[in-house]
Amino acid sequence: MKLRPRALAGLALVAATSLGLAACGSSAPGTSSASGDKGTITVYNAQHESLTKEWIDAFTAETGIKVNYRQGDDTEMSNQIIQEGPASPADVFLTENSPAMTQVENAGLFADIDPATAAQVPAEYRPSTNKWIGIAARSTVFAYNKSKVSQDKLPKSLMDLQNPEWKGRWAASPSGADFQAIVSAMLQLKGEDATKAWLQALKDGAKTYKGNSTAMKAVNSGEVDGAVIYHYYWFGDQAKTGENSKNVGLEYFKNQDPGAFVSVSGGGVLKSSKNQAAAQEFLKFITGKKGQEVLQKGASYEYAVGSGVPSNDKLVPLDQLQAPKIDPAKLNSQKVNDLMTATGLL
Amino acid sequence: MESAPATALAVAGLPVPGEATPTAGEGKRPRPPFGVVLAACLVAAASLIPLGFVAFMTVTTGWDTATELIFRGRTFELLGNTLLLTLITVPLCIVLGVGGAWLVERTALRAHRVWAVALAAPLAIPAFVNSYAWVSAVPRLEGLFSGVLIATLSYYPLVYIPAAATLSRLDPAIEQSAASLGLGAWRTFFRVVLPQLRIAVSGGALLVALHLLAEYGAFAMIRFDTFTTAIMEQYQSTFNGAAGTMLASVLVTVCLVLLVAEARARGNARYARIGSGAQATPTRLALGTWQLPAQLALLALAVLAVGVPLWMSVTWAAQGGADIWQTSDLAGALGSSLWLGLLGAIVTTVVAFPLAFLAVRFPGWLSRGLELSNYVTSSMPGIVLALAFVTVALRVIPGVYQTTGLLVAAYVLLFLPRALVNLRAGLAQAPKELEEAAQALGKPPLLAFVRVTLRLVAPAAAGGAALVFLAVVNELTATLLLSPLGTKTLATEFWALTSEIDYVSAAPYALVMIALSAPMTYLLFQQSKKAAGQ
Repeated sequence: MKLRPRALAGLALVAATSLGLAACGSSAPGTSSASGDKGTITVYNAQHESLTKEWIDAFTAETGIKVNYRQGDDTEMSNQIIQEGPASPADVFLTENSPAMTQVENAGLFADIDPATAAQVPAEYRPSTNKWIGIAARSTVFAYNKSKVSQDKLPKSLMDLQNPEWKGRWAASPSGADFQAIVSAMLQLKGEDATKAWLQALKDGAKTYKGNSTAMKAVNSGEVDGAVIYHYYWFGDQAKTGENSKNVGLEYFKNQDPGAFVSVSGGGVLKSSKNQAAAQEFLKFITGKKGQEVLQKGASYEYAVGSGVPSNDKLVPLDQLQAPKIDPAKLNSQKVNDLMTATGLL
Repeated sequence: MESAPATALAVAGLPVPGEATPTAGEGKRPRPPFGVVLAACLVAAASLIPLGFVAFMTVTTGWDTATELIFRGRTFELLGNTLLLTLITVPLCIVLGVGGAWLVERTALRAHRVWAVALAAPLAIPAFVNSYAWVSAVPRLEGLFSGVLIATLSYYPLVYIPAAATLSRLDPAIEQSAASLGLGAWRTFFRVVLPQLRIAVSGGALLVALHLLAEYGAFAMIRFDTFTTAIMEQYQSTFNGAAGTMLASVLVTVCLVLLVAEARARGNARYARIGSGAQATPTRLALGTWQLPAQLALLALAVLAVGVPLWMSVTWAAQGGADIWQTSDLAGALGSSLWLGLLGAIVTTVVAFPLAFLAVRFPGWLSRGLELSNYVTSSMPGIVLALAFVTVALRVIPGVYQTTGLLVAAYVLLFLPRALVNLRAGLAQAPKELEEAAQALGKPPLLAFVRVTLRLVAPAAAGGAALVFLAVVNELTATLLLSPLGTKTLATEFWALTSEIDYVSAAPYALVMIALSAPMTYLLFQQSKKAAGQ
């Protein structure tokens, strides 16, 4: 009886040790570790997982460098990188849109892009600072239900969706980075008051879905008449079964309208990366011929922007979209987030 | 009697109401061993981190910013959604749960043994899988009505299981007395039977309400905004911005209000039988012409709650053919889920041990307080806990950030009560006199403890561990936020695929999750009966 405390202390020690051991185990099975080969890099990936997987597979096949990735949303990951600071495990950061890249750039966390890599991408698809680079592009479209909206009744401008006739008839996916990039372009082109008014109209008169594909699906089934999304959701679905897009038409706003905004997906190497060479090589690869051919021939239907590789021939060519001229380095995601929080969208 | 709802409460990790464990020695009170107290205190302290985080962030955000972020239209909108959802769903779950339990346990229902299991079965289907099935069967589902539908079908077993366990053990003598005093069947039910279900029902209702607050995937899929879905959206836009944390502070407040409300609803009346004598077997009420309607009602419920999700998952899987099963992603996710589930179950059970030991052998204010701190934490939604862990890890101990250890620590805090309740029951049934006898016969104390007590506790510990395993496999939000690089579980992969509306590829994940959960749910159901039969 009187010795029992010691026994129990021992037990508690076992408990504490097992906790400690658990806390030390840092990786789950499936996380590959370097095995004396060309090394491993870690990508924080906010691009579509399937596209990045295609890039990774081709890159590893060519170079022998392994790639781990963490999947997340643009601004989630940019804020995460900023909070992690110099301790970030990330070597490379890939996004769907550019505002999150600018955010990390402004925090001073990007290394310079290898000049040879920068030379592969035309100046309009990368910032002049050379701190990150465009890896792909996507065009804003208005996806509409062909049996519910006739051509002549389509909105002429993205801004028209705030007019009373559209109330309750359109949709968007406001929690996504895609939508927030479009709003940041609108903010740049039309100013804060106009953007706020438009967001308020969205809050009061539009349906919000989680994800562009879900919004398009709602258009297809007639739950809503139209939705603001990016172009490639439609092309991707058409290439598969067309099940979620067979009743959907795409309207390109053109005329330098905020709704004609072409968003640049970005890639950058973290200054804190301990695998600078391999990380730079990865960006060089995806903006190079083989990487861009993944966009041209693969299933992503995003625009190719580098190495002179043409985009998939099913797409309306980039130079015909009449996109507004916007310096990607000036897109402000924080302000957009504040505006969306203020209007109650987030 | 009070142990009846215990197992069900453990399902969601909640306090078992007023369980008395008078096993401490009489006369001079022995002091609890220092090592155990220390270990228990450490666990309790760790479990207060999330609460402390929310309070700390609210204070450091500054009063002006905090009020601006809390008292805005969006918060009231979410509060309205949450209140309506709770006010409609909880009573529905009580009606279905108690009604089902009464039919199964107290009436001459045909095939009542089959129905008894079938009614508990929806617990094996994660709510977000249920939502996936319903939304693909009826694409127009959205908003409050759909939220109520899916939540009710997913969570009514949380009331049904403890209610059935309690009903199966109700002393019919009281009902017979009521009948002999002239009360009709209906009035007997409402005035005699129902009041005795008070603990089971209030405990189950609290569980349902807490699940409603914590659920993310199911509501996100049908576009019904709650605090949890809104916090997740904020997280995805800003990682861990002030707005998300302020929403979390409101959510935590709502949870605490629910805990207090349940404690009041439970009351402290005594329902256990006093005195000696054997309890009679409850009599079953003849159903007569009601037999057919009762069968049809139960069939409808089973079809809606189990049939639809199973049928839709199988249909999608059939569309995909063999290809969707042969991906390495599925195997990898299954491996991660098993690994994390196992690790979570073992660590949680080990961590729960000192708390259980103190509670059983040294009951008092200390052990009550330690337990309470844990119950409060585990009743908070996983997303709040995960947000706290992300921030605290980054600022205080960056080394553990994005490690399996941190994720498992989150599981421990979220699911500790599931292990604890079972361990307590097991320890309470292992007489320490046996251990003392072994010592008197010459065994060293540690050996005596391991050979006698641990062995006796093992089955209960395994039961608790199984519950934790089940919870980990179906956990979504904390795993999404905290998982180490490259970790993909069945739940997170399923979620990623459904977000891309790739319903076909998601189907195998849904089916594997159900297959893993089914045996655990059956175990839980059996245990609840056993617990009630003590």
